[in-house]
Amino acid sequence: MSHIQIKNLKKSYIDQRRIARGEEKSFKNQDIVVLNDINLEFQDGEMVCILGPSGCGKSTMLRMIAGFEKPTSGHVLINGEVVSQPRADSIFVFQHSGLLPWMTVWENVELGVRHLEDTEKKHKIIQDYINMVELGNFENHYPHQLSGGMLRRAELARALAVNPDTLIMDEPFSGLDFLTHMKMREEVVNMHEFIKKTTLVVTHDIDDALIMGDRVIVMSGRPSQVKLERKLSFGRPRDLGSHPELRELRDEIFFMLGVSYAV
Amino acid sequence: MPHKRIIYPLVTFFFIIILWELVTRFGDISSNNFPKPIEVLISTEELIVNGKLLKNTVASLFRVSIGFSLAVLLGVPLGIILGRLENAKFLFNPLVQFLRPISPLAWIPLAMLWFGIGDPPAIFLIFLASFFPMVVSTSVAVESIRPTFFQVAANFNFSRYEVLTKIVIPAITPQVITALRMTIAIAWLVVVAAEMIAVQSGLGYLILDSRNALRMDYVMVGMIAIGIIGLLLDFIMRKLGNIESTAWGRLTK
Repeated sequence: MSHIQIKNLKKSYIDQRRIARGEEKSFKNQDIVVLNDINLEFQDGEMVCILGPSGCGKSTMLRMIAGFEKPTSGHVLINGEVVSQPRADSIFVFQHSGLLPWMTVWENVELGVRHLEDTEKKHKIIQDYINMVELGNFENHYPHQLSGGMLRRAELARALAVNPDTLIMDEPFSGLDFLTHMKMREEVVNMHEFIKKTTLVVTHDIDDALIMGDRVIVMSGRPSQVKLERKLSFGRPRDLGSHPELRELRDEIFFMLGVSYAV
Repeated sequence: MPHKRIIYPLVTFFFIIILWELVTRFGDISSNNFPKPIEVLISTEELIVNGKLLKNTVASLFRVSIGFSLAVLLGVPLGIILGRLENAKFLFNPLVQFLRPISPLAWIPLAMLWFGIGDPPAIFLIFLASFFPMVVSTSVAVESIRPTFFQVAANFNFSRYEVLTKIVIPAITPQVITALRMTIAIAWLVVVAAEMIAVQSGLGYLILDSRNALRMDYVMVGMIAIGIIGLLLDFIMRKLGNIESTAWGRLTK
């Protein structure tokens, strides 16, 4: 299980362009603040979708939860333990494929279970997850031989094979065509219904967030703060058409992000 | 159209030979200065029959294999170290960049002084010529590995050894193979020069010795042999790049 707390999280960068212009002295303490004092909590088994304008630091927040980056101040706690480095119990699914291109689908999925001594059991796990994402005949294919949707599914299989407590997905559907996007969304929701792992999804698609999330979080532009947090207690399958509340929420979020849906 | 790859180059070579024939036949050039194609062909047969061509080719290839292999065996690991460890980079990179532009030929006097005559100085020069390109290309390849791959490694709890064998080495392989191809061409260039100084065998020696005997036909046979072997070396190195697990390197660039 995993219960994640984000406490007073702040992230800022030194403005490299200013240093390049030789202004670092006069502009001391004027770092670029990406995230400012974020406090959030994710319950075990929850699927939370995080929305925000591009460049607002949602991906940065995910990377800090995964332990890839260190906060400037504040911290991320998983089950009460401070995250200081990446760990195999929270697996990150990368926006641009994180599959290792020199390994086949099988070898990539094997990465998460490579230490299992029982070979038979190991092979069964690998095969089961490959089958689960419907890549049954593609075990020996290299990533460059797969389509965009298949790449995402293979990476998902690799992540799930680890049996992680937390899945962290950075824009899992970006760059997919419309139909593949819809299908992947359905698969991720089904996967979550089935394994009930804490799942954090960063997206820029409001519909995705409203349809998938048990909860939706909207962040503001830089310096980023939590603008809205809403629990979505609607059953599945869920669509915006049958829930006027969801449509109202969508309009509210659009308004918050400074655009309108109807043009 | 795969046959284009075979026929087109043959057409090019054919025209070069025609041109060569025309220049030597109708030009006001003595056969001693610029032998005709047919004379070179006859001399080639002579050198093949008396075994000199084979013996000298083998001698050159031997020196190149030893010098080049040593350079790869030492240069690739050093390149990985320079690419991975910042401190090692600060310590050694300026030295590498300082030594790199010094032509291997400038080392000839010292090479002869240190290693005497025979194979060792020639091998040393080939080593020098191949070593720096291998170090530099490898370290550049390591530095250009996508950071995502290291994050995946950290996420899946890779040991340092696994990072090396499952990330670094496979990630740089396509670029290292390209570097091998470039570098063996350099090594092959240098062997001829090296053989003109300290040894009594090899294609470089064949050319120098034939010049002393004023046999330009033999000189040209030596040159043609060097060209053909260079072509073959490049062909072999290109085949190395066709291994399936390196195919991604060709496609993502």
